Amino acid sequence: MSPGRYRFVFLIMAGAMNAVPAPAATIQVTIDQVAYAPVEIQAKVGDTIEWINKDIVAHTVTVRGDWDVMVLPNKSARLVVKKAGTFDYFCRFHPNMKGRMTVAPE
Amino acid sequence: MIFRLSAAVAAICMLSGTAFAQAAKPTDPQIAHIAYTAGQLDVTAAKQAIAKSKNKEVLSFAHDMVRDHEAVNKQALDLVKKLKVTPEDNDTSRALSKQAAAKQAELAKLNGAEFDKAYAANEAAYHKTVNGALETTLIPSASNPELKSLLQTGLKIFQGHQQHAEQVAGALK
Repeated sequence: MSPGRYRFVFLIMAGAMNAVPAPAATIQVTIDQVAYAPVEIQAKVGDTIEWINKDIVAHTVTVRGDWDVMVLPNKSARLVVKKAGTFDYFCRFHPNMKGRMTVAPE
Repeated sequence: MIFRLSAAVAAICMLSGTAFAQAAKPTDPQIAHIAYTAGQLDVTAAKQAIAKSKNKEVLSFAHDMVRDHEAVNKQALDLVKKLKVTPEDNDTSRALSKQAAAKQAELAKLNGAEFDKAYAANEAAYHKTVNGALETTLIPSASNPELKSLLQTGLKIFQGHQQHAEQVAGALK
């Protein structure tokens, strides 16, 4: 067997075991006109969520008793998702703003 | 009968204390003045709360009001400058200021939890009144599209304030 053939076999095995997790993604949510867009996102543990605030006022991304991320006007803020579940979040300053994040296990 | 009806309407207007009872359609310079005044009055109210309250939720809400209304009003000033519009004082602005001054004097006499409750209840009511006026009068009357758009953004922000104020007021009961 040539070295090339070995490499080929190895690649197939790695693929079959599915041992390599999908690379973590960055999911963007825009905040504009006092609303999160998209309102609902799907993520998995390890992904980064980035909220981009296009409004003239500060907002937060808050899950009561869990996390509280402040997003200043014309700035963005990031959060690495650490646990699976469905999270309904809102803005502490403007509770009429609501979003939902569904996080799948890694 | 007609007299009695108009007297009743007048009495209702006085009771609800609405400053927005004027019939004439406001002009853009007047709308800009009303919106700016409404924001400034809420900043003044918030500063009174910051000076008087010891309640964490109330203080945090008051700081939010200062930050947001100052941000919106800065945007409003930039816009009128750009549009070369001079905000024009009017009866609605004057009535709003007069009512706010009376409320401030009333709140000045209260302390502790009494003040907190009255401030939060008034914030909920004040935002409700201003939001109603934005929806039914100011936004539909605004002719400049940029002014209209800023008022629409403002309305969404202030609707958030109204909900927030209602939450704070509800928690203090």
